[in-house]
Amino acid sequence: MTALKLDRVNKSFGKVQVLHDIDLTVDEGEFVVFVGPSGCGKSTLLRVIAGLEDATSGRVEIGGAEVTRTPPAKRGIAMVFQSYALYPHLDVRGNMALGLKQEGQPRDVIDARIAEAARMLELQPYLDRRPSDLSGGQRQRVAIGRAVTRQPQLFLFDEPLSNLDAALRMNTRIEIAQLHRTLGASMIYVTHDQTEAMTLADRIVVLRAGRIEQIGAPMELYNNPANRFVAGFLGAPSMNFLAPVADAPEGAILGIRPEHLRPEADGPIRGTITHVEHLGGDTNIVLDTRSGEKATIRMFGQHRARVGEEIAMGFDASHGFLFDAEGQRLG
Amino acid sequence: MSTARHTPLNSVAAHAALIAYTLIALFPVFVIVINSFKERRAIFREPLALPDAESFSLIGYQTVMKQGDFFLYFQNSFIVTVASLFFILLFGAMAAFALAEYRFRGNTLMGLYLALGIMIPIRIGTVAILQMMVATGLVNTLWALILVYTAQGLPLAVFILSEFMRQVSDDLKNAGRIDGLSEYKIFFRLVLPLVRPAMATVAVFNMIPIWNDLWFPLILAPAEEVKTLTLGSQVFIGQFVTDWNAVLSALSLAILPVLVLYVIFSRQLIRGITSGAVK
Repeated sequence: MTALKLDRVNKSFGKVQVLHDIDLTVDEGEFVVFVGPSGCGKSTLLRVIAGLEDATSGRVEIGGAEVTRTPPAKRGIAMVFQSYALYPHLDVRGNMALGLKQEGQPRDVIDARIAEAARMLELQPYLDRRPSDLSGGQRQRVAIGRAVTRQPQLFLFDEPLSNLDAALRMNTRIEIAQLHRTLGASMIYVTHDQTEAMTLADRIVVLRAGRIEQIGAPMELYNNPANRFVAGFLGAPSMNFLAPVADAPEGAILGIRPEHLRPEADGPIRGTITHVEHLGGDTNIVLDTRSGEKATIRMFGQHRARVGEEIAMGFDASHGFLFDAEGQRLG
Repeated sequence: MSTARHTPLNSVAAHAALIAYTLIALFPVFVIVINSFKERRAIFREPLALPDAESFSLIGYQTVMKQGDFFLYFQNSFIVTVASLFFILLFGAMAAFALAEYRFRGNTLMGLYLALGIMIPIRIGTVAILQMMVATGLVNTLWALILVYTAQGLPLAVFILSEFMRQVSDDLKNAGRIDGLSEYKIFFRLVLPLVRPAMATVAVFNMIPIWNDLWFPLILAPAEEVKTLTLGSQVFIGQFVTDWNAVLSALSLAILPVLVLYVIFSRQLIRGITSGAVK
């Protein structure tokens, strides 16, 4: 069964079209991440799926039922927001119970589901506290708990980790991944952070300017990007785009990931080191090439390199990508 | 937020300024209250002296109680003020929510139209209002005053509240929508509690002018049974003789209910500020 099916979904605000003919199918139990730079329409797309915005045209199906004009509460979804959006006047228990009460669930079902969600997210000690008495991480767990109690057909996450600090972000990311494994539920997750996308997703949807650029498993997109945008967006440090070294069509650009470049005495790419980052496990070297581009090499382990040194690099031809002037992949 | 250093000197200076302001603000009230407890001659001989055994007198209060139906005036003022505030806050908040929350054609125009009332005093329309009230048979009813004061208070209320409502997190309202709350429940249960400080501000701004107004009671509701306190007190101010004891006593009494209302609203104000609701 499909958890979500979008069919030629368009969305305009006045004269500005923000989503262009979005087609997407999400299978049951799948974790799909929408990723893209800010303003690419990923949040708008999520809001159209949630029913918080109406699609200007096109069709939205959730769990096999058409919901294009159905109000959010009747779509069988639950959503986790970036700003947590907890009800300030209710305690944690009340926050988790509200949606179920509105659905008209009996008391014992509500209690059982809250107990289950609280156990899963380790929220038992906080059930009687107000959101204002909780830390950021705890609040986000409550927000996730509120979504879990609804037992929705589809979970929607709108940049849920953006307000957390780095350490907490990683822990919560792992918790969300575990939650997905435990519940086996279908989830859609919006982020601008490619690390979150790569680590969480079964499939990634890369969006740019309201259009889907590419859909695929993380490694598929990493190893086989359809165009220069996807190639540059995924991976950190991001891909180098250089003048081709071998025969190539007019205007073509060579894309090569930093970890695929290596120092080579008579390598085809030469340049001057402008910056070195020692990360312990990795060493990143930034250089200006002879032809005036910036390039990054990522080497495993610790290497000696000094700013101002001349360096020559090479790479395996199989690791290079060629893009045409418009950014489309060649060959 | 509190980047200012808390040195004793700063603290003393701040308190001195606040105390000085309080004294200046309270001085006229103080003079009215002490003189209301003095006999007529003492008021004029030594206006600033406290009442002592010789000059103490309740004659003013006795006159007030005897003359006219003072408790009825009180009640009328109270009903008009509270009812007007209720309608201003209710309709003002609803209009503000609609303007802040929904995208519809003419939203900005509607906001400007509602804000126009801030710039045009309602008294300009007194004649037309009177004609309308006569036509609808509302002259000499409290409803006439309540309706006029509600109309008078709405523009500023909509203006202030819509600004505050724009600041309420969209995510919170959307969370409510996903949980199945109706727009009314979102308005009453999620948004209103968060803009309570703004509501208190609007209430305080509107309360005093309504309570003190003489113009509309005089024109729209001069009958004995619907007289407000301000209008009722006018009987003591004559063209040739003014019963100062009675006037001062009436004024002292008139302060009390406003004080009570103010304490209620200002508490809300402080509670709203300190609750720290979202994030």
